[in-house]
Amino acid sequence: MYSQGLIGADGRTKEDAAFLAAFQARIDAEEKIEPKDAMPEGYRRTLIRQIGQHAHSEIVGMLPEGNWITRAPSLRRKAALLAKVQDEGGHGLYLYSAAETLGVSREEMTEELLSGKAKYSSIFNYPTLSWADIGIVGWLVDGAAIMNQIPLCRCSYGPYARAMIRVCKEESFHQRQGYEIVMTLARGTEAQKAMAQDALNRWWWPSIMMFGPHDSESAHSEQSMAWKIKRFSNDALRQKFIDATVPQAEFLGLTVPDPDMVWDEGLNDGKGGYRHGPIDWDEFWRVVKGGGVMNRDRIKARKKAWDEGAWVREAARAHAAKRAARKMAAE
Amino acid sequence: MSEVFVTALLELADDHLVLGHRLSEWCGHAPMLEEDLALPNMALDLIGAARGLYAYAGSIEGNGRGEDDLAYLRGEREYLNCLLVERENGDFAQTMLRQLYFAGFMEPYWQAAMASRDETLRGIAAKAVKEVAYHIRHAAEWVVRLGDGTEESARHMAEAVEELHRFTDELFLSSPAAAAAEAAGLLPARAEMRGAWEATLRAVFAEARLDWPDAVWPQKGGREGAHGEGLGHLLAEMQSLHRAHPGAVW
Repeated sequence: MYSQGLIGADGRTKEDAAFLAAFQARIDAEEKIEPKDAMPEGYRRTLIRQIGQHAHSEIVGMLPEGNWITRAPSLRRKAALLAKVQDEGGHGLYLYSAAETLGVSREEMTEELLSGKAKYSSIFNYPTLSWADIGIVGWLVDGAAIMNQIPLCRCSYGPYARAMIRVCKEESFHQRQGYEIVMTLARGTEAQKAMAQDALNRWWWPSIMMFGPHDSESAHSEQSMAWKIKRFSNDALRQKFIDATVPQAEFLGLTVPDPDMVWDEGLNDGKGGYRHGPIDWDEFWRVVKGGGVMNRDRIKARKKAWDEGAWVREAARAHAAKRAARKMAAE
Repeated sequence: MSEVFVTALLELADDHLVLGHRLSEWCGHAPMLEEDLALPNMALDLIGAARGLYAYAGSIEGNGRGEDDLAYLRGEREYLNCLLVERENGDFAQTMLRQLYFAGFMEPYWQAAMASRDETLRGIAAKAVKEVAYHIRHAAEWVVRLGDGTEESARHMAEAVEELHRFTDELFLSSPAAAAAEAAGLLPARAEMRGAWEATLRAVFAEARLDWPDAVWPQKGGREGAHGEGLGHLLAEMQSLHRAHPGAVW
């Protein structure tokens, strides 16, 4: 809860050169930093921001997929999608708990999400327009998330690293499930194939934007790399994702909507890779800054659930207090 | 016998699917994250039970209809669920009370169904009985918290009782098909569940400081396909994609 993790981590630690050097030495020795350990304030703030954003992404991410639960085309798919969206909520819960070890409460983080102060992954500001989007989101969006997240299983902060191990296991299941949905569509009727291609057309570029700006433009990268919160650069992860995904699309008979994409022998230290065409960073920044078609709707939906649930949460607190008082009176 | 057994199984299956669907509407919109996990859990149990029941009904019927044909290709006049489960979610108090009313009935029902003459049904019951015990616990805890929470929550809870209690009588009514399956020892007799149901519910109401209401105008009709207006919308949404692509595999 709120008081946890404050010991040595609340900014009262004197961050002199010796302290910072000792901390960096622990990081360099691949030691895990735990909640009660002394840590630089910047490290703590970076983690709160990153884990909080990650948790919010899981929670907001429930909305676009949740949009198809009530219309899933078979009972098997309905159950699988429901379980998947539930898993995302579970990830949100572990991640909020991991962030709480750094001295911030879930309520505070939620308020920051609802006020717009805290960000979440911009990918969820795109709408899910057909059933194929459910497959494509699993395959591409969860696929991109895994590329980003697998290195986080080795993140220097222990609670985050441990939460990510479980998250990654579930995400990789989701990704396979998403790919299987798309495969079923790609092998289905003409209308189903068209649905799959249309969804790929809409989600491809947003998915590769998920890795963030080019390394030269990335604001937080350098310090996060030194602290081993981040281990690979945005561009390196993006390349890895593209190289893994393009052959999967080819296998399905779908076309990646990048006419400039070419195989380039020189990429990946001479091992070769797919060189992608120019990314529309104006669109990326527009959606990040709130100008996507769903930004307002996503926050409105979260705010509505939060506001309409206020009396329920209040009642739970009041009831717990009454019970405690009655128990005291009876003793 | 097999024709009436199929009908009786469809009644049960429709109850579970429709309620599971209603709960799934909450996913991502619950009052707290813990409920965003708990509501889909219960929905998954219910949809899972419905799938087993549809598949079994289809296999007895023998016309090649599978779970999806039965779920997606029958219209609202062919759906045989009781009215309680199709009621719209309303607020969280109504959702939890609806769950408690239904689970409070299904728990003794599945217990009794474990002694059915039918082996497949015994299997379905053995799985469902464990799940429904959790549904009772979860829903009862919330009914108590809300009934005995704040003034505002008590008002919501009292409104939920007023809204939903009139649909509970139908739980205990057996359609002619169900009555025949009951007489043959295939299914438990619905009327016999009233004692256990009422004991569960009255205990929770007492703890929640809720008044036990008189059901002045008990509502029924679901088992004959005479529903409220909400079910048609639920099915229109649920079935739209499946029906738009006849014969497609998903």
